[in-house]
Amino acid sequence: MTRYVLGRLGSVVLILLAVCLFTYLIFFKLSPDPAVMICGKTCTPDRIDSIRNVLGLNQPLLSQFWEFLRGIFVGRQYGSVHCPAPCLGYSFQTNESVWSMITARLPVSVTVAVGAAVLWLLAGVIGGLVSAIKQGTWWDRSAMALALGGVSVPNYVLALVLQYVLVVKLQVLPFPAAVSFVDNPVVWFESYLMPWVVLAVGYACLYARLTRSNVIDTLSENYYRTARAKGLSGSLIMRRHALRPALTPITTIFGMDFAGLLGGALITETVFGLNGIGKLAADSIAKNDQPVIMAVTLLAAFFVVIGNVVVDLLYTALDPRVRVVST
Amino acid sequence: MLKKDKGALACLAFLAIVVLMAVAAPLITKLSGWGPYQFDSAATNSDLGGVPHGALGGISGSHWFGVEPQNGRDLFARIVYGARVSITISLSATLLTGILGVVLGMLAGFYRGWVDQVISRLMDFLMAFPALIFMIAILSSLPAGNRPVLLVVVISAFGWPYLARVIRGQTMTLANREFVEAARASGAKGTQVVFREILPNLRGSIVVMTTLAIPGYIGTEAGLSFLGVGVSPPTASWGQMIASSVSWYSVDPMFFAIPGAFLFLTVLSLTVLGDKIRTMVDQGVAA
Repeated sequence: MTRYVLGRLGSVVLILLAVCLFTYLIFFKLSPDPAVMICGKTCTPDRIDSIRNVLGLNQPLLSQFWEFLRGIFVGRQYGSVHCPAPCLGYSFQTNESVWSMITARLPVSVTVAVGAAVLWLLAGVIGGLVSAIKQGTWWDRSAMALALGGVSVPNYVLALVLQYVLVVKLQVLPFPAAVSFVDNPVVWFESYLMPWVVLAVGYACLYARLTRSNVIDTLSENYYRTARAKGLSGSLIMRRHALRPALTPITTIFGMDFAGLLGGALITETVFGLNGIGKLAADSIAKNDQPVIMAVTLLAAFFVVIGNVVVDLLYTALDPRVRVVST
Repeated sequence: MLKKDKGALACLAFLAIVVLMAVAAPLITKLSGWGPYQFDSAATNSDLGGVPHGALGGISGSHWFGVEPQNGRDLFARIVYGARVSITISLSATLLTGILGVVLGMLAGFYRGWVDQVISRLMDFLMAFPALIFMIAILSSLPAGNRPVLLVVVISAFGWPYLARVIRGQTMTLANREFVEAARASGAKGTQVVFREILPNLRGSIVVMTTLAIPGYIGTEAGLSFLGVGVSPPTASWGQMIASSVSWYSVDPMFFAIPGAFLFLTVLSLTVLGDKIRTMVDQGVAA
């Protein structure tokens, strides 16, 4: 088991390195010269040269990349500017270290992700389960029709519709504002409610469909029929024999989806003007702030890769059938 | 069952209309009277900041879906031309991902060993990538150039691993079956076995996976255009129309409702039909 975990962690490091190098290469080749961008309008060739020197842009690509990696662990010096230990770069457009920009916005993204996740897990799993048990009934058919619709609606369209109906027409919700939970929990909750719902709808519908078909599949398995034949009580069979195997794949998908969201819900955050990682990404892309784009990409990849490992480990713990193979 | 088929028929009919709009866009706009880039300043009220004249975003006999606020471009013509963008980009992306995913997935599953290692690691890498952020970053830093082609390439580059992963798994099981052994015993070479024996057996999954991928690509294209890195203006695209309606939604809700509805119904119809095809293929395999 330890060997397996270590092996997985090794591949995590490799994938992250590859993501890092690839992002670096792409932006090195594609983007306009950052020195020119920093220098601005009143610029002389001498000044560009000195900026290049400070940023290390005149060094070969690989040594620049090495400097970037080193900066993450020991910090880095850009001329007179010091960027402390987990240095993912320094944004000369905002005069801030990228690390502090990210840590300032991460709580918003985490709030968005956690709230939406709670909503979609509850709605999706319960909805799917009820549909599976009442398979073929009126409830099942309308729930699944609704789920099809929910899967198909792009979240920015849903966001606009909700805003129009709830904020403009009915005026039951305020437009999302950046309020901390401590200052005003009610406004905080109302502000996050729409982003949560908008983000959760697509996932909830997907999970409802998955849960339904998984449960229906398990209900026709031999071990389920055996359990019934043994005369076990309905609710016990449901929990032990039907739900557990049906929900294990959901755990896997949930882990991946949730990890993906921690790196920022780009569209939802942009539409609602929430200052999270996703909006940071969109803003930096619009301003062509390379160090930030690079760091955000890396952070999102980090969450996905770590999420992948956690899910695999959880899977072996949850599903006895794969445990033997993985050791 | 019959009722469900009615739903599928409705979806098919809607998609037929969208495809027809895409194919015959110039002809249709000639009939409706307004082109997608024609300004009609008479249709908007400059005293009210450019809100369209009349109810429902300026819907009238000459502007069937109303007009854009401010410049008064005809929404019907822009929807029709937007269908063109959606359909071409999503179909091309599906074709490209299909080819990449099937070929690479089959190669990885059939040859195993280092071929599989290389392809599988590449898939891990691409799937770990925050695709949306990266697509936006690449598209915004690339010169405008030929945007539709760029969109197709970028969407496919991040899309093929999801198909290839399934194809790889199925190829691995197929490769051990008797008919493959028989083909080898009768002297067929590796590539011959892959394309003549294994490929035809993957037909079902390929059809299902690709039909279910199309609505996803339509959504991605619209999303990228919504975020401002898709098709460059003045070319009309549904996502871009929705993006420009954001600042108008409280005074002119039709401006987002119409492109939003077209996008939603197209994705919905394709998803319903994809589901239908999957059920049919599953039943066919079981029978």
